[in-house]
Amino acid sequence: MKIAVCIKQVPTREWQPRINEAGTWIREQDASYELNEPDAYALEEALRLREKHSGEVVVCAAGPARVQQVIREALARGADRAIHVEGDALGSADASITSAALASAMTDERFDLVLTGLQSDDQGHAQVGVMLAERLQMPHSTIIMEVQVVDPSTGSGQAATLRVKRELEGGWFQWIGMPLPALLTIQSGINQLRYATLKGIMAAKKKEIRKVPLPGGLAASQQIMELALPTRSKQTEMITGAPAAAAKELVRRLREEARAL
Amino acid sequence: MILVVAEQRDGTLNRATLETIAAAQKLAGDAPVKAAVLGQSAGAVAQDLATAVSEVLLVENPALGTYTPDAFTVAVQQIVAAVKPVYVLLPHTYQTRDFAPMVAVRVGASLITDVVGINGTGSSATFVRPMFQGKLSAEVRPQGEGPRCVTIQIGAFRADAVKRGTAAPVNPLAVEIDPSTIRQKAEAPFKEAKQAVDLGQAERIVAVGRGIKSQENIAIAEKLAGAMSAEIAASRPICDNGWLPMDRQIGSSGQTVAPKLYVALGISGAIQHLVGMKGARTIVAINKDADAPIFEVADYGIVGDLFDIVPALVSELEKS
Repeated sequence: MKIAVCIKQVPTREWQPRINEAGTWIREQDASYELNEPDAYALEEALRLREKHSGEVVVCAAGPARVQQVIREALARGADRAIHVEGDALGSADASITSAALASAMTDERFDLVLTGLQSDDQGHAQVGVMLAERLQMPHSTIIMEVQVVDPSTGSGQAATLRVKRELEGGWFQWIGMPLPALLTIQSGINQLRYATLKGIMAAKKKEIRKVPLPGGLAASQQIMELALPTRSKQTEMITGAPAAAAKELVRRLREEARAL
Repeated sequence: MILVVAEQRDGTLNRATLETIAAAQKLAGDAPVKAAVLGQSAGAVAQDLATAVSEVLLVENPALGTYTPDAFTVAVQQIVAAVKPVYVLLPHTYQTRDFAPMVAVRVGASLITDVVGINGTGSSATFVRPMFQGKLSAEVRPQGEGPRCVTIQIGAFRADAVKRGTAAPVNPLAVEIDPSTIRQKAEAPFKEAKQAVDLGQAERIVAVGRGIKSQENIAIAEKLAGAMSAEIAASRPICDNGWLPMDRQIGSSGQTVAPKLYVALGISGAIQHLVGMKGARTIVAINKDADAPIFEVADYGIVGDLFDIVPALVSELEKS
């Protein structure tokens, strides 16, 4: 099975937000980056499916040159090769552009299965996966917690299909069946992540990263007018002081003001 | 005209639809707001919405009885072609997330998701949405000529703020869906195991997030829960790691709670968590990051190391 995993590089969780002078995007030069967490689960799921059904795992990313960092990491974890749609504008692109950029490089590969994380930890549109499915003309399902490839009995002449467990809200789930090729967006927690071994890191250096230029003529579907620290919806009483004093004050307030204890 | 795509399952309206109508009324100014109800037999839901909008479009088709993204996309595509809305508003549910991006590509629409605020009315409006896990807030303007799709975050607008009037007409709108073009086969929804804990009944909740760092440290939070007569709960990553069972999870994929007291320990406050707990009467946040979004909804906040503060709280509570 030929499996693609789309990954994104996002600022780390510890990153303290800094906004550019125009107030429309972050100061990219100040950020440190890591692999988008839901994408790490998608990659792990792809590696497990390859172990079970054999085949190839190809990492696909759209972003500026810095994205090589997470591509190398994915190759070190076990992906076979990578495709990098490279363009500076992709660092802050919306989902419509990102999905079109990925589709331009992925169509001819004719993947059997495409996995993405359910959303990114930066812009968080939760759109790229589904838009990519539509652009690749594949059926899709989202927020997936289990993937089964249903192999037909040998000689039946039928193709393999998918049966996937989709998460609904409030603790509900649903099984969905669909033909291959297909695209799935993967929920965090679907599996236990593996980390790169030294051997994997060494092997990754020799693996192919095919660079593809960003196609021209892609129009944005939205524009960020202003990026700012969020305004507080509540007046938060901040309690300061050493731990013992702060604890005493908090307990007093919870008893006397809030009457919550 | 603004079109709201209602969400219902088996004849029960998803309450987030009313919140979306409230958002649509704010965005509309004087322009009309219509609602489309999609399903197999959804007439009762359509009647429910009739006093909140100027027209209800009842879109019934056997292919819409069980939700699939393929069938819903074809249906919404045809509704948009028939009524030509300036905006299409949808509640930001898992179901919307599953098909709205497909609609946007099909009809050449812009799509702004997870909206928590609207500035202005009509075609010059801008939309506020969280970015970077809620650390930043973006004001966004749709681009392009096509219709503008917007999804409204749960809890961002109030269902009881919906302006109601006399009952509007409920008009059927026929859509054609070729069943052979629906690629997904959906089975009936189910619950994993019976929920052992109903956190919705808890008076007080102590919830832990990534800041707790390891499974062994959960005991520190459990001690505080004991001292407060509270239930222990967690954000999603803690349950993903198996440090607490899934039925202790608060947030969009877990339980929604509104206790008297909610103490968030080392929880940054991503929107998926906030939607599950921001209805709590009193919220306490303890986090080492002063910029953590959890402080936006907290009544009381302490910036500091939870491993110092929580034991101090326990000994303070045990004093009296």
